[in-house]
Amino acid sequence: MEHTMTATPSDLERGAVDRVCGPSPKPDGRTSRLGFHQAQQLRHLLLPALWALQDGVGGVSEGGLAYVSDRLLVPPAEAYGVATFYSLLLVDEVKERTTYVCDDIVCRRTEGFSLGDDETASPCLGQCDRAPARLQMTAGEVALSITGLQLPMNALAEGFPRQITGLIGVIDPESLESYEDAGGFAALATARGWGADWVIQQVEQSGLTGRGGAAFPTGLKWKLVSEEAGPRHLVCNADESEPGTFKDRYLMEGDPFSVIESVALAAFATGSAHAFIYVRGEYPLATARLQHAIEQSAHHLDGVTIELRRGAGAYICGEETALFNSIEGFRGEPRQKPPYPTVSGLFGRPTAVNNVETLAHVLRIVRDGADAYVASPTRLFSLSGDVGTPGVVEAPVGASVEDVIAAAGGVVGELSAILIGGAAGSFAAPDVLSLSLSNDAARERDVSLGSGVIIPLNTTTDFPDLVSRIAAFFRDESCGQCVPCRVGTIRQEELVHRARSGSVMELDLLTELQQVMADASICGLGHTATNAVRSALVLGLLGGADA
Amino acid sequence: MWGSNARNAHPIFFKHLLKGVRNGAKLFVVDPRRSESAMFADLWLGIDVGTDIALANTVAREIIESGLAHEGFIENATVDFEEFKASVADWTLERGAEVTGVPADAIKELAHAYASASTAQLCWTLGITEHHNATDNVLSLINLSLLTGHIGRYGSGLVPVRGQNNVQGGGDMGALPDKLPGFQDLQDDQLRGKFEEVWGMPIPAKAGMHLSLQFEAMERGELRSVYIIGENPARSEADSARARQLLSGLDTLIVQDIYMTETASLADVVFPATAAWSESEGTVTNSERRVQRVRAAVRPPDGAKSDIDILGLLASGLGAQWRDLSAEEWWDELRSLSPIHFGMTYERLEAERGLQWPCRTLEDPGSLFLHERFWAEPREGPPAPFHPVVHAPPVDELTDEFPTRLTTGRHLESFNTGAQTSHFDAPSRPGAGIDLSPQDADELGVTTGQRVRISSRRGSIEAAVTVVATQRLGLAFMAFHYPEVVDVNVVTIDAWDPKSGTAEFKATAVRLEKL
Repeated sequence: MEHTMTATPSDLERGAVDRVCGPSPKPDGRTSRLGFHQAQQLRHLLLPALWALQDGVGGVSEGGLAYVSDRLLVPPAEAYGVATFYSLLLVDEVKERTTYVCDDIVCRRTEGFSLGDDETASPCLGQCDRAPARLQMTAGEVALSITGLQLPMNALAEGFPRQITGLIGVIDPESLESYEDAGGFAALATARGWGADWVIQQVEQSGLTGRGGAAFPTGLKWKLVSEEAGPRHLVCNADESEPGTFKDRYLMEGDPFSVIESVALAAFATGSAHAFIYVRGEYPLATARLQHAIEQSAHHLDGVTIELRRGAGAYICGEETALFNSIEGFRGEPRQKPPYPTVSGLFGRPTAVNNVETLAHVLRIVRDGADAYVASPTRLFSLSGDVGTPGVVEAPVGASVEDVIAAAGGVVGELSAILIGGAAGSFAAPDVLSLSLSNDAARERDVSLGSGVIIPLNTTTDFPDLVSRIAAFFRDESCGQCVPCRVGTIRQEELVHRARSGSVMELDLLTELQQVMADASICGLGHTATNAVRSALVLGLLGGADA
Repeated sequence: MWGSNARNAHPIFFKHLLKGVRNGAKLFVVDPRRSESAMFADLWLGIDVGTDIALANTVAREIIESGLAHEGFIENATVDFEEFKASVADWTLERGAEVTGVPADAIKELAHAYASASTAQLCWTLGITEHHNATDNVLSLINLSLLTGHIGRYGSGLVPVRGQNNVQGGGDMGALPDKLPGFQDLQDDQLRGKFEEVWGMPIPAKAGMHLSLQFEAMERGELRSVYIIGENPARSEADSARARQLLSGLDTLIVQDIYMTETASLADVVFPATAAWSESEGTVTNSERRVQRVRAAVRPPDGAKSDIDILGLLASGLGAQWRDLSAEEWWDELRSLSPIHFGMTYERLEAERGLQWPCRTLEDPGSLFLHERFWAEPREGPPAPFHPVVHAPPVDELTDEFPTRLTTGRHLESFNTGAQTSHFDAPSRPGAGIDLSPQDADELGVTTGQRVRISSRRGSIEAAVTVVATQRLGLAFMAFHYPEVVDVNVVTIDAWDPKSGTAEFKATAVRLEKL
């Protein structure tokens, strides 16, 4: 054998990989140019090739992995390291059908939740509005086919003006014509008419900040990138994996053409010829609709190429530099910053990374002007848990928690606590209802809005169970690269178990752990992994505050 | 890389080489097979076995014809250029392509890339030297470096990669038929006298025999007693049945080894030795002439002694009174006799993590590369001569009776005759088999796993087939690591290069039959 593994791929596996990597070259026995440098150009196809195996035969067998390694000249051990990084890829086994059952915060306590023997428990699948959620993957089925599934849009509430969600449920998400008739691609044309500098200036003037969780000023990010020498890249981060978050999915499934338009607009503004959309692996419908929209919109894109990349089940890949590594075909481990992505991002080039919702606001800003946005800024919230109609609420910035919950049908039962910001956020006592939902007000109360998760929990909630789940989530999802996070998330979980079994509340110890992880972890996962557990301890949700 | 599958045979070296490739260096690989190393090449040139000189001469002519020769260097540092130029004049790209089998445009690309590179190295191993005309093969590569000035400069040079961690060290210490330690000429009375004085013993001025000559002397009955240290010729020699027969017929055979090898089992006396890399004190010299300390890390098994101690005891038994010296004291004696090693005290070797010879004084930092003198103006020392060399096909001709070309080489996880590697399992070990092209396998009516008989003019063996998609029609490949399973060297030819004494392991004519 040419490679160091002796397993051979089946014809099916060979075909699946070749569809991604191109037909296997037929050497003439005399010359070959398929060397390291050429393979380096193909390295970014590693994850798509592994996906092809998962989709095609239901897993990454030894033979399949050997073939991918061979085609891309990646050492088998390294390819194995990448394949095993992602939870949606079965490695060394092949299964006709795999069913993932969400057992995360919301689904695990929803009526009808069950986990069968032949099913696999999964962290949040981003379907909290229709909990309990299941994801089924079947070998041989092309996961990207358009299914025409109807979306439940039950929580786009009356009362609030819908600035960026207006077309959801109104247009046909699979029809370009429908989008064009609704004014689609007008903003892109406007941007091209006024020029990139004007777009950046408008975005800066609007004061828009990122909606992925970190709230970095979008205009400044674009300006920094556009000032760097090209080639530059634009990445749309559609890997929303924060438990309880599904707002971006609504945009992608309900209004995919606007996502494509906003990505093209951002690429234009930052001077990027190539844009990537990195979408969660758990979102097959969003993936299919975006892919369809990209193909249909080609004539609007004016030379900008948009490439869709599927994540494969790794929370950490929502972190921007981990996402770069994932696209480049490496394990999705965050990089040390600086250098910041605006200087050295995807493939080492200046890169602007923006969340799906952030780009949707940009579309509005370009269409209606910065002043219109400043006058009535909005924000998307994902509401689930004990509310009347779980779903997405587009609310004015500054609306109260109570207003937003009311728009989702109000609290069901007697409110005990609210989880704000997802697993990386924190539990808040019921008096948080009066909190005004702006970053400044939230910061004052020591609450992080993060990606806009609001999960009201009533008195029937088994809080120790939820807190354990959150601790287990971070232990699982820590990429393991830096010690404070890898070890700290385990120490935290042990601490939660001690608290549950012996009612020992070690708040001081956790505070110390939090400090170490905040000081010494290189990415946000380690920085925020203790927030929820700590808030639960402080509120006495595990059975009484630390004495 | 010319005639080298370093990824398998020199994995540590190859890792360093890949660092260069990752930094943007272009890699060209000349090899009959698209080997594991060739898979990393920007361009692989798949020549017919034994046509290296044809390729080198064609590359040389193309460089000259395209005006890419380094005229300043040729003028200043070389002689006999005109003669060389005339000797390659007939080697047009078309003729080169016809003889080597490599398309003309690929040869042209190699020629232009090599000549135009700011720095370039030519690395080779046994694909060049295990031929009946090994020395000419090497000279043809040296000609290319002289033609382009890719020698004697940082980053440019000729790199024969050594087969083991201390092959170079063996040469350094005088394990050559006509050299004393430090590559000092045995026949130079003054140099020899220096050694005689320190050793208190006259040294025969007559050059000894290299390995191939020794076997011929055994065959003629002239060589009757042999003392073998750390070699397994009963397995590693071409036409090994003949080698075993000759070794068995000796009056006395003494073998000194860390294992009870096939050769040791033929011996009258076996001296069990300690492993040089873990149980002994001393030095080794690697491919880049770097002398490094090795230290005993574990206690040797009872009864095993270091090579130095065995030699000392043997000397005593023969009536000589060798002093009982430590490894360092022997080394210091060597330093006093070998000027290129003089600057390398144990203290310095340790502090500076090894030193590269020549290192002539205690202040000398050693030499990162050789032959810098060629670039001095005016040149220092004698000029480097071009050596016109003539293409000569392999001795073992392909005929209707023996139509397939068999070449041999190495697998990653095995070492040489397997004396040190055959007793452990390796999960990815390909095992003893013969690699065939899909077409050849079809024609024989065999698939992977089926067995064939492989016959040459010397003998025949049986092995299982592995069909390799990238293998060329008419070319078969076997590794020689598994003599207990398949003894490849039963079929290889013992035709050897009169200048180097190396046998033509790389080119055997065979006939394949389905079993």
